[in-house]
Amino acid sequence: MAYGEWTLKAWHEIPIGSIVPEAGSSKVNHTGSWRMLRPVLNTDKCTHCLICWIFCPDDSIPVTPQERFETDFEYCKGCGICAVECPYDALEMVPEMEIKLKELEEELG
Amino acid sequence: MAQTKVIALTGNQAAAEAMRQINFDVAAVYPISPQTELMGFFAEYVANGEVDTEMVAVDGEHSALATCIGAAAAGARTITASAGPGIAYMVENMYVASGMRIPMVLLDVNRALSAPLSIHCDHADSMLTRDTSWISIFSENAQEAYHNIIMSVKISEKAMFPIIVNYDGYIVSHSIEDVEILDDETVRNFVGPSDIHRIPYPLLDVDKPVTYGATAQPDYYTECKYQQHVDFLKVYDIVREVFDEFAEISGKKYDFIEEYKTEDAEYIGISMGSSFGTLKDAVDRLREQGKKVGAIKIRLYRPFPVKEIAQALSKAKGVVVLDRADSFDGIGGPLFKDIASALIASENRPYLHNFIYGLGGREIHEEEFMRAFERLERLEKGVDTRENFVEYLQVRE
Repeated sequence: MAYGEWTLKAWHEIPIGSIVPEAGSSKVNHTGSWRMLRPVLNTDKCTHCLICWIFCPDDSIPVTPQERFETDFEYCKGCGICAVECPYDALEMVPEMEIKLKELEEELG
Repeated sequence: MAQTKVIALTGNQAAAEAMRQINFDVAAVYPISPQTELMGFFAEYVANGEVDTEMVAVDGEHSALATCIGAAAAGARTITASAGPGIAYMVENMYVASGMRIPMVLLDVNRALSAPLSIHCDHADSMLTRDTSWISIFSENAQEAYHNIIMSVKISEKAMFPIIVNYDGYIVSHSIEDVEILDDETVRNFVGPSDIHRIPYPLLDVDKPVTYGATAQPDYYTECKYQQHVDFLKVYDIVREVFDEFAEISGKKYDFIEEYKTEDAEYIGISMGSSFGTLKDAVDRLREQGKKVGAIKIRLYRPFPVKEIAQALSKAKGVVVLDRADSFDGIGGPLFKDIASALIASENRPYLHNFIYGLGGREIHEEEFMRAFERLERLEKGVDTRENFVEYLQVRE
């Protein structure tokens, strides 16, 4: 749901007590847009111990019992807990702005 | 009319008896005088298996109310109780409870606020809660406390707003009087079963997951508050409805306010809680002297009975509002401001004066209330003059 499509409800159309009467609002709201720092994964150092997955407060690290995949940046808010907890220094917190600038430079050549 | 029996109980015992009969699902509490004894009595019922209540001993009043909010949102019939500083500590969560439209009961065994420290009665604690959009009812004695608690469950669940039942610390909570008790079955039938679906969005209904306490940005907060505002004004009709239903089982018909000899009264005194008996005695003694005086008790404090007050005071020459708490604001006590606001649209507005009395458990006597009436009359007739609307009734000079 894009911002432009939202219709604001009148006071009598809101459920009692400002309750949200359906589940799954996080599928609509991609909270990763708040992120200032991005955990950049060094795949050479990562041993797939899954400790980052245990600590991630937002369930943003997709894993199987054997493997850690790239962080889900739709939801990762860049709290940095994974980088602190990683016993192998495989995660580095990089300012999102630096990454965006680099991407822009590459795009523009 | 139900079977009743009259037994000698303190206010706290009567309140615990009501709690036992209602058989709340959850009670989360933290002890504070003069509420401690109440929950002590109730804990005995829990320990003896006389109720099914899950009693949660928490680490403070803030947590007590937070626990109750969670339990009540889940669908449990929930109660807590506190007093004075404990109420002050609950206030943050009181706004959460009313904003999320949580039906639950809070017993406020009225106590003064520190400093100086006082465990005795005044209404400063309850006055902290007057803008929280909790329904608030005051009880004059143990009998009314007992009745109000039973009615409060129903009022709260119909209105989907939390409710405070006030009764004066020590004066009511620890004094023994005759209380007419209804039989258990009548009370349980009156409040009805505590099925989770008696509220619209019970958290325990796992097939319909909902979110309580979400954020509202500036584009929605006003609408949320306006809905709360509109719904809170519907509480008047709901309270009246429940008062009527309760009259059928108890034979006792309550109203938002109680009037005493006001019909031909030129001067009227207004108070809340236990002092109303003393006020009525003061009225009787002044009547013996030929003074046309009357008294009004506020039972429903929030929402405030604006129309009833305006009507009851429409013929009075002067009104003295007796506040058991000060506002320290250059205007007057909390009740005085409420009464003055209620009269704002009246054509023949009576002369208004305000006295603060009974702070920190100071005993109140008929003679003092008589003096309040006399001062009001002299002011109204222009014999006396005043510097402020508000004066202290019992202060040593």
